[in-house]
Amino acid sequence: MDVFTLALYIVAAAGLVYSAARDKTKTKKALRIAWKSFSNILPDFSVVLALVGIMLTFLTPGMISTVLGRASGIWGMLLASVVGSITLIPGFVAFPLAKSLLDYGAGVPQIAVFISTLMMVGFVTAPMEIKFFNRRETIIRNGLSFAFSFLVAAVMGMVIR
Amino acid sequence: MKQVLRTYRYFLALMAFDLVVLALYPQAGVTVFRKTASNFLQMLSVLPPIFILLGLLEVWVPREAIIRFVGEGSGLVGIVLSLFLGAAAAGPLYGAFPVAATMLRKGAKFSNVMVLLYSWSTLKLPMFLFETSALGAQFSVTRMLINIPGVIVMAWLTSRLIPYAEQEAIYQKHLLTTTT
Repeated sequence: MDVFTLALYIVAAAGLVYSAARDKTKTKKALRIAWKSFSNILPDFSVVLALVGIMLTFLTPGMISTVLGRASGIWGMLLASVVGSITLIPGFVAFPLAKSLLDYGAGVPQIAVFISTLMMVGFVTAPMEIKFFNRRETIIRNGLSFAFSFLVAAVMGMVIR
Repeated sequence: MKQVLRTYRYFLALMAFDLVVLALYPQAGVTVFRKTASNFLQMLSVLPPIFILLGLLEVWVPREAIIRFVGEGSGLVGIVLSLFLGAAAAGPLYGAFPVAATMLRKGAKFSNVMVLLYSWSTLKLPMFLFETSALGAQFSVTRMLINIPGVIVMAWLTSRLIPYAEQEAIYQKHLLTTTT
């Protein structure tokens, strides 16, 4: 567990203790709300997690590196953006993967677009996002994020050699 | 029981698919289940404190306070607070959805909720040191410097592009599902 998750636990525990000391009924209500909102989204979560499990099995880091390592220019970026949008990889996997891709000879713009779409564009989470917001919000947010990832990549390609 | 099966039907369908993979390609099948299990463990390690904090926020923080800090007319303070709240968050984008729902229910301004969503997805302070050690300071700092204005501009644009009536409908959706 990383430091930030640990900090989150400490803050939550402290809040809970403080809350219970001040008002038991309110604290119980808070926990009931916490549990209810968690169990409300668990069905959607479990689908996302199962999909990611399948993706990580068939789209291995090695496979991504062979495809992107050889690719270059705008096609490499397009490919990187598609892979980045579809997959959902936790940051602590994505950054070392990006590093190994760079070592394999991929360019900075490809990697930047990959990292950016990976974090911002969520293909598998889109149904969830539609439920929480609506279709238009989901299309606009993901679309803008997709386009923005190319801007980020272009700037980074210019700034970093 | 029938209700549970119905609620989890997509998940169960995926599990059935995984079992078919396991039967046909045992090696890949084992990997699928191992990856899925580790995804669940990762989620279960990050989410409980987020939901507990959301529950506490729901009962202790009055609507007026949220409106004052990130609501209509909160101006620059609201933008900066939403930006930090999103950037400080651990965990992937889907963790932001319930947080955004609570913010909407408590009367946060729509564009500020968008700032939270964009900043949660890409600013990632908890990942910053990790990103720096993997890809170098030049990479991570440049990315952050483009992302901060990018997040604010995209959030503004998104809330401008969504008609007011639809924004209202989104607020209503979360007000109706008030958890009591």
